[in-house]
Amino acid sequence: MLQKIYDWIDERVDITPLWRDIADHEVPEHVNPAHHFSAFVYCFGGLTFFVTVIQVLSGMFLTMYYVPDIENAWKSVYYLQTEVAHGQIVRGMHHWGASVVIVMLFLHTLRVFFQGAYKKPRELNWMVGVLIFFVMLGLGLTGYLLPWDNKAYFATQVTLEIAEGVPFIGEATKTLLAGDPEIVGAQTLTRFFAIHVFFLPAALFGLMAAHFIMIRKQGISGPL
Amino acid sequence: MSEKRKQVSRRQFLNYTLTGVGGFMGAAMLAPMVRFAIDPALQTSAQGDFKAVAQVDEITTEPQRIDWTIDQVDAWYESEVTKSAWVYKTEDGDILALSPVCKHLGCVVTWQGSEEYQDQFFCPCHDGRYYKDGVNVPNTPPAAALDVFQHKVEDGTLYLGKAVPREEL
Ligand code: HEM
Ligand code: FES
Repeated sequence: MLQKIYDWIDERVDITPLWRDIADHEVPEHVNPAHHFSAFVYCFGGLTFFVTVIQVLSGMFLTMYYVPDIENAWKSVYYLQTEVAHGQIVRGMHHWGASVVIVMLFLHTLRVFFQGAYKKPRELNWMVGVLIFFVMLGLGLTGYLLPWDNKAYFATQVTLEIAEGVPFIGEATKTLLAGDPEIVGAQTLTRFFAIHVFFLPAALFGLMAAHFIMIRKQGISGPL
Repeated sequence: MSEKRKQVSRRQFLNYTLTGVGGFMGAAMLAPMVRFAIDPALQTSAQGDFKAVAQVDEITTEPQRIDWTIDQVDAWYESEVTKSAWVYKTEDGDILALSPVCKHLGCVVTWQGSEEYQDQFFCPCHDGRYYKDGVNVPNTPPAAALDVFQHKVEDGTLYLGKAVPREEL
């Protein structure tokens, strides 16, 4: 059945070369943990991607219940966690995944750094990687405010004051982030929500696409 | 004739195990999220409490609109919402409390809502009509009679519960 559907589509639009190009290529021996166990360090990039997929999926499902409004944000999180079936698991995935993804990203970066895999011609991909790292930190930072509990509120208060400390542009930056020169409130929450759920994920997808296209073009770096 | 041995090649074996393990991991990941998403469809609906809405001696044989409020819990949002019923005494002295929600597509019906049709409930959305007893007038859009509120009388006070379709009465 599946084969038939596949053949029917393939006959018309010739998809085989498309996915072959993406998925069907040799894993070099020095990258394969079955040959050299130490090659497991090459898994961290893939693991980062895997956890990112979990973040995106669990985040999408959380927004079915979450409301970015100061009256209701905390209540909606409390409701989804205590009243909705598996709410604790789905929120738990997003909550812990947010930390795990940073850990994986960091390990991946360490591998690339200590193997010198960032050297020519892969400098550009290192730069894209650094941008991904910043976007991830941004997601963690903006997401942290969303439950609108005390921890979230004061963490954001601190972040905003740090941003304010930047010479010359600090005050404007803070106002832009918080949506108000003084209040950390309604507008801060909606802004952080929009940034967390639309702007940064969009940037993340673009950067990840660039990252992976470059890997396919340049191949994985050679053995040490 | 060579004997046909169903040999599983190394490549096939790896394909099967990888698909199996990958499928298992994907399912383990998605299962809680899907259950989370479909939860509203699996919640049992709470039985509506009876609320005191009127004194029985105020009720005549002419349908009157009676409004009352209930405390509604909508997930994390609690509010008071207004409910309405068209209430009157039938010939045999029983009380009938009709839901004003049109059985066509859910607009609100009014007793004698149209000048043209006296002694009928009228729905302005698509000209749906009902007789006094709540039964839909044939050849108007509604295909069923108006729902009826469960009711009880205690110490001369009328209490109304949930509106239920006729068949379930
Ligand atoms: C498209 C992708 C994403 C969407 C739609 C999304 C959505 C959400 C929503 C609705 C919340 C509030 C609910 C809650 O706090 O439990 C939240 C919280 C959060 N998000 Fe995301 N998110 C996404 C990606 C990410 C990523 C990639 C990270 C990782 C750095 C992240 C980090 C966080 C954090 C740290 C919280 C606070 C969690 C908590 O305290 O429980 N999000 N996200
Ligand atoms: S909704 Fe009442 S007639 Fe259509």
